[in-house]
Amino acid sequence: MAVTKAPPRTRDTGEDPRPAPDPEARRLNSPLLLTLLMLLVVLCQGPIRGALGAPVMQSWMTVFVAVLVQALPFLVLGVLLSAAIAVFVPPSFFARALPKNPTLAVPVAGMAGVVLPGCECASVPVAGALVRRGVTPAAALAFLLSAPAINPIVLTATAVAFPRNPEMVVARLVASLLVACAMGWLWLRLGRTDLLKSPARHAYEGQGKGAAFWGSVRHDVMHAGGFLVVGAMAAATLKAVVPQTWLRTAAENPVIAVLALAALAVVLSICSEADAFVAASLTQFSLTARLTFLVVGPMIDLKLFAMQTGTFGRAFALRFAPATLALAIVVSVLTGLVML
Amino acid sequence: MNRQAQSAVLFVLGAALLHAGLTDLYLRYVKAGLRPLVLAAGVVLIATALATAWYEWRARAKEQEHAHREPRVSWLLVLPLFALILVAPPALGSYSAMRTGTALQQSYGYAKLPQSGPLRLGLADYAGRAVYEHGRGLEGRQIVITGFVALDHSGAPYLVRMALNCCAADAQPVKVGLTGQIPPVLKPDGWLQVTGTYTAKRTKDTVNGGPIPYLEITQAKPVPTPRDPYDETWNN
Repeated sequence: MAVTKAPPRTRDTGEDPRPAPDPEARRLNSPLLLTLLMLLVVLCQGPIRGALGAPVMQSWMTVFVAVLVQALPFLVLGVLLSAAIAVFVPPSFFARALPKNPTLAVPVAGMAGVVLPGCECASVPVAGALVRRGVTPAAALAFLLSAPAINPIVLTATAVAFPRNPEMVVARLVASLLVACAMGWLWLRLGRTDLLKSPARHAYEGQGKGAAFWGSVRHDVMHAGGFLVVGAMAAATLKAVVPQTWLRTAAENPVIAVLALAALAVVLSICSEADAFVAASLTQFSLTARLTFLVVGPMIDLKLFAMQTGTFGRAFALRFAPATLALAIVVSVLTGLVML
Repeated sequence: MNRQAQSAVLFVLGAALLHAGLTDLYLRYVKAGLRPLVLAAGVVLIATALATAWYEWRARAKEQEHAHREPRVSWLLVLPLFALILVAPPALGSYSAMRTGTALQQSYGYAKLPQSGPLRLGLADYAGRAVYEHGRGLEGRQIVITGFVALDHSGAPYLVRMALNCCAADAQPVKVGLTGQIPPVLKPDGWLQVTGTYTAKRTKDTVNGGPIPYLEITQAKPVPTPRDPYDETWNN
């Protein structure tokens, strides 16, 4: 999401005797809070270790740390590339590269996701920027949905996570592209511009390129990293606490299996660069159900819904998210039936 | 969280990744092949932290005041720091192993065994040969395998190795039952090197019904945890 500058204060006019109180001063100073938190944890090391000594907690923490250590390098890679594109590629380039006819622009923008790597957290602001630069919203939405699912980093991660099922990579690419294009065309038919909130001004204007680049990296790592922690906690809980029999029961019925993993993808909100590894560990489930997990996850989950609401407005997100979810499930099942 | 705090979190997170990658700590969580990526991510995070601090300092020097509204969710990044630096949880052990069904899979082929001397086999290699090759070439040979101890509900001992595809989230156990001269006291999660002979005895895993072969052991000696606690042969 864009970090916008505060409007310059007018202190020298003398009209207002009381300047507005600085919001930073009223809140607890965060470096201080961070230091206190660190000290507290170091002081209470003994009791904390004792509480974490139970096998459940140890196993939970191992999986939690493992998901993060494994996902962070991919997140950092994606964030670096997306910052480079956001800063060094002029936005007008995208407008020039796309066909004028909106119906044609949708699949082209969807395919463009292949060469514009980034995790889903990065693609929301990029799609917002595309809309601001005059790209037809349908094409921007197709890009928004396809980019996090089909870029090289994600496809490589999928291939690494499914060494025995290379067809999974192709199925993911095909299903994700189909959903992205279908949603784009659906917007062309049914979408109304008044549903779209005009997105906030781009953050990186008026800064040096270096500052903009590192600012984008910092913001994306902190933001996406925080959500990654949420996903890792959920994944660890699923692995260490939820009895295997639940998952096995859900996995036994093919219909429930697909719906269960679609719901899981929405709730877990894992970064698309890491979700393949979680899917690979859900060995009880059919490949089709796991494909649904991989197609739904990058397109719609709790954190994406929050980000879309912030960037495009609530009216848009409330209509767009359920439609995407339903379409993603249907297309995944069909693709799974044909290819897996 | 303001930019100074973000810079601090990024720096410590990068340092923690570097520390994990430069020691063998990372092998508890991810496969060995991810090491260069883990190290590179650590370097980038530290660079980001330094750049953030530098631009923030310059902005302050120029007295440009920003109203930074940063997402609260960033505070969660503090959790893995504590987990990785203060606790450094151990590799997955008997608790996970007994909750998960054995993941023994048929291999495409098995390498030729040496003609003489004790056979030092990987635990999953032995289990695969015992179950799918019915112990061909193993009869009458002394077999040495290494793994950690896990006890089921009835207290029956198994020797287990967790097999890994990518990270500990996808780790799955391969189990071998122990019979014969079992040591009187077995501590779960303790690593053992056992010497024994092939037996046709089998059982089914209570979790997923997978096959578990047995080893008739003659000798068991405690060994330290290996450098890489996971079996990564599945990675190819």
